Amino acid sequence: MGKFNKSGKRGMPELNTSSLPDLIFTMLFFFMIVTTMREVTLKVQFRVPAATELEKLEKKSLVSFIYIGKPLPEYQKKYGTAEQIQLNDKLTEASDVQDYIYQERENMKEEDKPFMTVSLKVDQDAKMGIVTDVKQALRQAYALKINYSATQRH
Amino acid sequence: MAKGNRKVPGINSSSTADIAFILLIFFLITTSMDTDRGLARRLPPPPETQEQKNDIIVKERNVFQVRINKDNQLMVAGEWSDIRQLRAKAKEFIDNPTDNPNLPEKHLKNIPFFGDVMVTEKHVISVQNDLGTSYGAYLEVQNELVAAYNELRNELAQKQFGKTYEACNSEQRDAIAQYYPQKISEAEPKKYGGK
Repeated sequence: MGKFNKSGKRGMPELNTSSLPDLIFTMLFFFMIVTTMREVTLKVQFRVPAATELEKLEKKSLVSFIYIGKPLPEYQKKYGTAEQIQLNDKLTEASDVQDYIYQERENMKEEDKPFMTVSLKVDQDAKMGIVTDVKQALRQAYALKINYSATQRH
Repeated sequence: MAKGNRKVPGINSSSTADIAFILLIFFLITTSMDTDRGLARRLPPPPETQEQKNDIIVKERNVFQVRINKDNQLMVAGEWSDIRQLRAKAKEFIDNPTDNPNLPEKHLKNIPFFGDVMVTEKHVISVQNDLGTSYGAYLEVQNELVAAYNELRNELAQKQFGKTYEACNSEQRDAIAQYYPQKISEAEPKKYGGK
């Protein structure tokens, strides 16, 4: 009985992969849209406190960041373990905050300047002394809209 | 002479997927997905002159003192307090529902949607912290005070418009914000007990 003929070679049909690049490109565009470029390399470590009454930071282009926290282990030799202020890529003093704000404002479009927001990313164990110095400097620089960065607590 | 149609050989595109993968991984590494959230506050403008600092005299009943010392202990309106009680105390102070003479005075004010109402628009919440206060404790106090305002505004919105403050349109929100204006003043910190 030659009903079940095994002589013919049945190979696996080749999988068509021509749409794979399109798939990956779609993923790529998705990630490009929902994420933002990381602007600075952090030199301080911080854990922002948790709070409930949060507002979202709109429009990243209007926001300048100030980071306050203990320097990362590799910088502790140079700067010590006390809390430091990081502006852009440098660890600096509170007296430089005013210049930094002026510089950031210079880089903005004219119509955006009144809406400038400063986001303070401060470690929850930082002392208020250093935060107050920064706040006073911001007042002097007329950067009055600030945002204390925090995580949502449920 | 060759006359037949010469076919262009197809370009092998099996490596485009790999190229796209490399791009994808590059973007995954260099970008961050976290949306920034935070407590929005507004700083007062810098004092023009030294004299100007002292010319605003506020009646004692209109001031709600919140103090945090270097050990993150809380003093609310002259008595030791816990962070959990702060919100209720602040709400009572801002609203002054019983017209208590020790709580802020009320003034007649005309507000759209509400008409003539008595509001405590002269109240001030003064937050004073020490240089040694930790930022976490400070932000928690700020958060509770903002929460007190938000709760009051929400309650009013529910009563008047039957929806949350968030859901109101901008005119309604303006009216509510006039009813409960947010007045949190940040005094200069004092140095009580060293670093």
